[in-house]
Amino acid sequence: MTDTLVDIGLSHDLAVLIAKLVGVFVVATCGLLWTLFGIWLERKVSGRLQDRLGPNRVGPFGLFQTLADTIKILLKEDLVPDGADRWLFNLAPVLSTFSVLLLWVVIPFSAGWIGTDLSIGVLYLLAAGSLGMVATLMAGWGSNNKYALLGAFRAVAQLISYEVPMVLAMLVPVLMTGSMSLQAIVEGQYIAYGLAIPLTVFIFLASSLAEIGRAPFDLLEAESELVAGFHIEYSGMKFGLFYVAEFLHAFTVGVLATVLFLGGWRIPFVSAQDTPALLGFGSLLIKSLLVYLVIMWVRTTLPRVRIDQILEFNWKFLVPLSLANLLVVALLWKIVPDTDQIASVNDALLPTLVLLTANILLIVVTSLILRERGRRERAHIAALYGPVDGAADAAPAGVGD
Amino acid sequence: MEITVEAIVFLVFSAITLGGALQVVLTRNLFHAALYLMLSLFGVAGLFVLLTAPFLAGAQVVIYIGAITILIIFAIMLTPQVTRVLKVHHTQWPVALALAALLFVGLVWTQTPLADELGADGWSADFTVEDPADVPADSLTDLGKSLVDPERYMLPFEAASLLLMAALIGAVLLVNRPDDNPDAEAAPAAGARPDQSG
Amino acid sequence: MTLNEWIFVGLFLMAGWMLPVVPLLLGYWLAPRRPNPVKKQIYECGVQTVGSAWVQFRAQYYVFALVFVAFDVELVFLFPWALAYNKLGLFALFEMAVFILLLVVALVYTWRKGALEWS
Repeated sequence: MTDTLVDIGLSHDLAVLIAKLVGVFVVATCGLLWTLFGIWLERKVSGRLQDRLGPNRVGPFGLFQTLADTIKILLKEDLVPDGADRWLFNLAPVLSTFSVLLLWVVIPFSAGWIGTDLSIGVLYLLAAGSLGMVATLMAGWGSNNKYALLGAFRAVAQLISYEVPMVLAMLVPVLMTGSMSLQAIVEGQYIAYGLAIPLTVFIFLASSLAEIGRAPFDLLEAESELVAGFHIEYSGMKFGLFYVAEFLHAFTVGVLATVLFLGGWRIPFVSAQDTPALLGFGSLLIKSLLVYLVIMWVRTTLPRVRIDQILEFNWKFLVPLSLANLLVVALLWKIVPDTDQIASVNDALLPTLVLLTANILLIVVTSLILRERGRRERAHIAALYGPVDGAADAAPAGVGD
Repeated sequence: MEITVEAIVFLVFSAITLGGALQVVLTRNLFHAALYLMLSLFGVAGLFVLLTAPFLAGAQVVIYIGAITILIIFAIMLTPQVTRVLKVHHTQWPVALALAALLFVGLVWTQTPLADELGADGWSADFTVEDPADVPADSLTDLGKSLVDPERYMLPFEAASLLLMAALIGAVLLVNRPDDNPDAEAAPAAGARPDQSG
Repeated sequence: MTLNEWIFVGLFLMAGWMLPVVPLLLGYWLAPRRPNPVKKQIYECGVQTVGSAWVQFRAQYYVFALVFVAFDVELVFLFPWALAYNKLGLFALFEMAVFILLLVVALVYTWRKGALEWS
């Protein structure tokens, strides 16, 4: 595109600028348009998972349901509550959506299909994520509502807590690649990292679920105690934007998990250079949707946990586990020879096998510790309240003591 | 100064930084002040990018906006009824002004080319290069190496960990004082601590 | 010039926020606005709101935030280390283990002191 613009007589710098500006709008618009389809998909799939039909009236298979919802929400009266901090109240939904769109800037959609390949890509993702936190606080504060404020603070307490294991999980691919650039991480995955480090994938997904506030970590919108959380006072399109941000963030997590752990746009057994851009994009999309399916599956299956359980699960289980995980991977990465010059599937084979074995061992050890703790916990409860029936086994093991 | 794109971007980010900082001091609403602080820190992150120190920019946003200002906001929420402060006590501003001026002169003295002319020993890290564009592409790797190199920054690096540990233990001790109501007492006392961990 | 990769981010910061604003403006023009005192009341499960929304929060939030700040700073230090790890010796791992363990000690202390309990 730059070349075409130069051909019609623009200076090189201006051409680059215009091409990039077009890129900005393409990335941002695609992000927002994708939600139209994605929300339908999510409702359809969760409907099926819960033995319902999901949307099926508007258009074929209810495909235009989201469009109808958009029109409805556009025409809904927009209320600003008394005593609201108007500026913050209006700014919050914009910032919320914008912070998610910012993530898309560094995501490699395919070979060469990337907004910009920042050298600090992974750190950039975190930085953009912290802007979303600010949006939540703004909404909670600006609404002049106790529930909104309480919801916002709970949300932020949860977000900051789960950022720790999430970052520790993201560090593992950085360590294995030796780069923070997301494109480099994708290209470095001759064998998808997820095969070598399933435990890290689990930690990343679990903490990301909390970061996006999805069930079982969706207590920031616990109807029974907080009504709707930080966006309780929002109506009309402003609420719509929060909804879009939430969906888009959830899907982006699927994309990030794919990029960091599942080889991104790479197709198995095809080298990065031989991957056509379009096929690569398709590969990324399919993998991301699979991860997203898991996220939806978890959402529709697991019950919500309490705030004390959420925070304890993080600080007493996920954080120690992810620290140990990082150190184990780092140690093995040093012990296995030639991990610093992997350039083909064959080179990656040995480290993958070693790491996989270590991961299985780690998982077994962790499960044994959890089982022991769970047994003690049950004995403790039994001593206090009498014997517990089988149903109590479902309580998350390892939390609380 | 020649008007280049970089110069304009520099001016914009400087304006964001200074304007935000000014609003932090001037606004009456504590919550707004915290948000303006975020804006100001964001401007600093932009300046870091201009200096081709993207890692510092990222760290700036992640730590200062994503953690420390959040901590400050939490501290604000712990104080009872701060919005009701109607009268502003500004009796210490001459002292603050003098200190700020002193700090400014000190920084100019030690950190700018002026330092050499004035005869002071400029203190600078190994990374300093004349032109930001000359920063080597692998400067991040170099940073990682130097952090664990016993001959460079290993000791400060481990000391940072010790400092973080001390900050944590101190915080727990402050909150966990026996026989008082932690909600009412502990928080304001701990409110002055965020700088330590940065 | 190494700044090139940031031009896109800069442009996105300048232009990207407009996209969420467009639907807001559409809503602003299309939606009816007939506020009245009852509609504008703050929502509180059907009763009149009592007192200010600014309720005092429990100190627990602050403890978690503090623990987080400590860990966040550590995490940022870990990034350059992880990045350069392939080019470092085994000694680097040992150093980072010490670095992490010091913080783990603090975490265990916090845990044992009961500061991580919510109730």
